[in-house]
Amino acid sequence: MKTDLRRITTPLADDVAGSLKAGEKVLLSGFIYTARDAAHKRFIETLDAGGEMPFDIKGQVIYYCGPAPAPPGKVIGSCGPTTSSRMDVYAPRLVSLGLKGMIGKGKRSEGVKGALKEFRGVYFGATGGAGALLARTVVAAKVIAYEDLGPEAVVRLEVRDMPLFVINDVHGNDLYEEGMKSYRK
Amino acid sequence: MREIHVDDIVSVVERLFIDANIDLPDAMYGAIRDAIERENSPVGKEVLRELLRNADTAREERMPICQDTGLAVTFLEIGQDTHIVGGDLTEAVTEGVRRAYRKGYLRKSCCHPFTRKNTGDNTPPIVHTKIVPGEGLRITVLPKGGGSENYGEVRMLMPAQGKEGVKAFVLEMVRKGGPNPCPPITVGVGIGGNFETSALLSKEALMVPVGKRSDDEELAAMERELLEEINATGIGPQGYGGTVTALDVHIRMAPCHLASLPVAVNIQCHAHRIREALL
Repeated sequence: MKTDLRRITTPLADDVAGSLKAGEKVLLSGFIYTARDAAHKRFIETLDAGGEMPFDIKGQVIYYCGPAPAPPGKVIGSCGPTTSSRMDVYAPRLVSLGLKGMIGKGKRSEGVKGALKEFRGVYFGATGGAGALLARTVVAAKVIAYEDLGPEAVVRLEVRDMPLFVINDVHGNDLYEEGMKSYRK
Repeated sequence: MREIHVDDIVSVVERLFIDANIDLPDAMYGAIRDAIERENSPVGKEVLRELLRNADTAREERMPICQDTGLAVTFLEIGQDTHIVGGDLTEAVTEGVRRAYRKGYLRKSCCHPFTRKNTGDNTPPIVHTKIVPGEGLRITVLPKGGGSENYGEVRMLMPAQGKEGVKAFVLEMVRKGGPNPCPPITVGVGIGGNFETSALLSKEALMVPVGKRSDDEELAAMERELLEEINATGIGPQGYGGTVTALDVHIRMAPCHLASLPVAVNIQCHAHRIREALL
């Protein structure tokens, strides 16, 4: 992997999150947690019932991903991002509790963008449909919660140099809006 | 009368779904590679390069191109002088899908609409059959992911809306999808027939090879115009902004009712996975 790209690690420090700019490509290393529709629903139900998240989300990054099964000898199967908007109803609550980053694909709601600005969080895009390439950056994977959800279980991934683009930064910039405006004819 | 045994159908369907999910067709690979030059955005170029690296990695590691290995869409063209022997044709396709998704380590993405309980083996497949003259069986598989399929729609236009109405509808759907269906996309448009025919035509349009224009001159011109207009939206690769939003637009058309103008738009992601075999 090219070395001129900026490398960042989890947990995401507040000053690192604050320094990221929409449109920038970064390489992320450290632990991240997969969660999609069903796991998010359960997070919120647990919190509503006065319970605790299955992992401490302060400074952490959630990856909207339901991986393909791991073939023999592999850590994980193909593991690209799923569409983030389905998690928009749940995300602001998690960001307000200290979640620092989300990785997915597609636009976020005004509610999510507002929460990112208010609580200094970042939304990253992983390239949708690049599941094989992204799987190569995963060095370890362990189911840590909700195993009954199958491909939707919460998996802690250890990633090394995962290629991401900053989509929404803490300053309110949005790569989707600005990118499209720049190239519209 | 030609006889085809269901066991052969099972093994061919199994192989097709595994290969389709792992090996991006050369034409699509080439289309993405060629698009790098046409793309004006540096971020867009980088995304396209990632897609090529991803396709290479999938081939090398025998791993699916995308974790969403789709619902198992299968088209069967059955020669009318063919006799399927040894069992049930639909069950044979189903068994082929079941084996492919298990042995190929493909994700099972089929569930109950309300409870969302997974069927566990990616069945039932979506099977379309057509009886054609002659002998033999052509099987085409198109594993179709949910992200792009979610941006499809059938709309009954007013006949007076005509060609311009159709184009406006296609552009509306592309803009609505934006980054979500994983651009650069391929757009299938079905015009005419009735409600369900238009939808099927739009899916069949996606099976036309990239770069191939319609034989109908009017439709070919419409495909070119739409491609240009879609690429002028600025959506770009992954929606990060750019000049390559779609790789191609294909239109299929059939006569319709005097009172109707049915139009269907079906969007495919850049991981346009397709395979066929002739038995």
